[in-house]
Amino acid sequence: MTDQIFKKMAQSIIDGESEIAVELAIKALAEGMDPLDAINKGFVLGVEHVGNMFSCGDAFLPELVMAGEAMKAAVSVLEPEMAKQGTERKSLGTVVLGTIEGDIHDIGKTLVGTMLSTAGFKVFDLGVDVPIMTLVEKARQENADIIGISSLLTTTMVKQRDVIEALDDLGLRGKVKVLVGGAPVTRSWAEEIGADGYSEDAVGAVEVAKEILQAD
Amino acid sequence: MQPQLRILAPELVPQIIDEAFQLLLKPGIKVQREEARDLLAGAGARVDKDHEVVQIPEKLAREALETVPRDFFLFDKLGQPAVHYGGDDVHFDPGSSGVNVLDADTGQHRPATSSDLIKVIKITESLCQYDAQSTALVCSEIPKEIGDLYRLYLVLLYSNKPVVTGAFSIQTTSSMIEMLSVFAGGLDALAKKPTAIFDVCPSPPLIWSSFGSQNLIDLARAAIPAQIVSMPLAGAAAPVTLLGSVVQHAAECISGMTIHQLAQPGSPIVWGGAPAIMDMRQGTTPMGAVETAMLDAAYAQVGKSFGFPTHGYLGASDAKIVDYQAGMESSTTAMIGALAGINMISGAGMLDFLACLSPEKLIIDAEAIGMAKRMLQGMLVHTTPLAANMYDEINFKGDFLKQRLTRQLVKEEQYLPSAVIDRGSIRTWQQLGSTTAMDRAKTRLKDLLKSYQPPDLPADQVAELQTMVARLASAAGLEKLPPLGD
Repeated sequence: MTDQIFKKMAQSIIDGESEIAVELAIKALAEGMDPLDAINKGFVLGVEHVGNMFSCGDAFLPELVMAGEAMKAAVSVLEPEMAKQGTERKSLGTVVLGTIEGDIHDIGKTLVGTMLSTAGFKVFDLGVDVPIMTLVEKARQENADIIGISSLLTTTMVKQRDVIEALDDLGLRGKVKVLVGGAPVTRSWAEEIGADGYSEDAVGAVEVAKEILQAD
Repeated sequence: MQPQLRILAPELVPQIIDEAFQLLLKPGIKVQREEARDLLAGAGARVDKDHEVVQIPEKLAREALETVPRDFFLFDKLGQPAVHYGGDDVHFDPGSSGVNVLDADTGQHRPATSSDLIKVIKITESLCQYDAQSTALVCSEIPKEIGDLYRLYLVLLYSNKPVVTGAFSIQTTSSMIEMLSVFAGGLDALAKKPTAIFDVCPSPPLIWSSFGSQNLIDLARAAIPAQIVSMPLAGAAAPVTLLGSVVQHAAECISGMTIHQLAQPGSPIVWGGAPAIMDMRQGTTPMGAVETAMLDAAYAQVGKSFGFPTHGYLGASDAKIVDYQAGMESSTTAMIGALAGINMISGAGMLDFLACLSPEKLIIDAEAIGMAKRMLQGMLVHTTPLAANMYDEINFKGDFLKQRLTRQLVKEEQYLPSAVIDRGSIRTWQQLGSTTAMDRAKTRLKDLLKSYQPPDLPADQVAELQTMVARLASAAGLEKLPPLGD
């Protein structure tokens, strides 16, 4: 029986049906289900499935984004209960995200944030046009493991290097890994500036984030 | 008769405009510059300062739109009108702000330099299909603070044609206008006979950023033509429906024109754009998609219903090399834009979602543009009657080559492509090396550079410009201007 409910939970994510996901989450709590089970055995499987389908070209961006939204909705129902029980979802790490100052492109970055949070990272998305020091300060404040910087313009991309230098100057570089992305960003640029990771797309970003934290 | 594509069913046009006016009230327009908000408030708009949102009533907007000039000219350096922004007159210029150049020898995309830009300017100058230059490439070796004005500097030195350009900052806007005034004979003379138009971009959806708003105001007050480049990204930064995106485009243009005209009524401004659909598999923004061209054609029709001059971004490709995809996307979209009667069509020469410019592609695209311009000439009535009196001595033999008329009219009837277009026999083609269009473009590039005619510029004006640019460059940390390699 519970298996069927888990399947329905996963399906609500695959279908991007936030309202159904929320209903299932509420029902699960009412029937005494462990909220962590609901997430790990139900909803997360839906996210992984959509992520895999996207990677092989069977699902597109709208499916990915809506799956993320449905997941967020389900988690927001389950989180208060987990906090009460003291069984928070194990955070894979804390990420501070932003599109670098001077740049207002955010679609990719927002998608990365959604994917990371549905995968279990704690994400602080600072939005667009984020000054370098704001990113760094927030990372310090939240004891972040990763700063993720997006830029779509080559004119703003150069500031990704400045973020890394700022972390160096403040002695934070050892604690905070840097992920970079955005259309003009390449693996060789990431290497050139000493970033820890780079991904072509949002789905890949989750894997890279997990890898670079494990590499510690 | 100029053949025409009017893609929107007539009843959709007023509906689109009506909904654009609705958007100006709900949700309104985000205007991130206080001076622009004050202008709008002074004219009766409702301003929410905390959220930087302005509600612009239709009546206010329509009054502002009334003073937009329904046509104007861009002039060349010789003072001749070169581009008519108005009606269904169609012009083409290369795409702009390419970051990379396609190296024809290695096939690599590499960061562009000043010498690449100089080459592109010379080619554009020598090709009659291009009515204007653009500031086509970002020169990677030049400090970013003066990147915009430095490329304008090069265009001014190497070309007589008017230029489609844009500034990256408030400060450089005024520097660039000053540079233009050197050859025009002063700021007033420049305003009377503008030799450049500046692109100004709203941010989708429905946002006029601090820089964009200020740019509108500064250009309006200098009476330098402004070209709104609204870029709804259908399905991502604008509604997924093409018609929904056209409504957003209209709202962004109407609000931009309103700010502009309130700053200075009567200054020239263009209803333009660079929209695209969002490819949902790749997360990219294909400029070569047919839907992209449809968006341009549709919003142009809306602009034309007001009588405004129009602009669009077509003739580009998302391919990474100059292959069939590049040809298909560039020529199809260029033709659509031409038939839609768009006054200035930017994009030729570009690959990789406008990130890369290929000089060879620019040369091949000139042929696509030649085809489009010939199409716009339509079916010409050269003779009366059309044919009835042409058979007197033919006597059922294909002897039209012998007719005087053939010799007289063939050049007016047929567009003559350059050698880039192969129309020889297969044997000739083989003898000449079994070349591709790209091969032939490389050859033509060499020929065009050889035959390039530099503009005849007064030495004192050149010196004045160089002094000005050197001063600005030095302020940005560039000790000496790079030598202009030829």
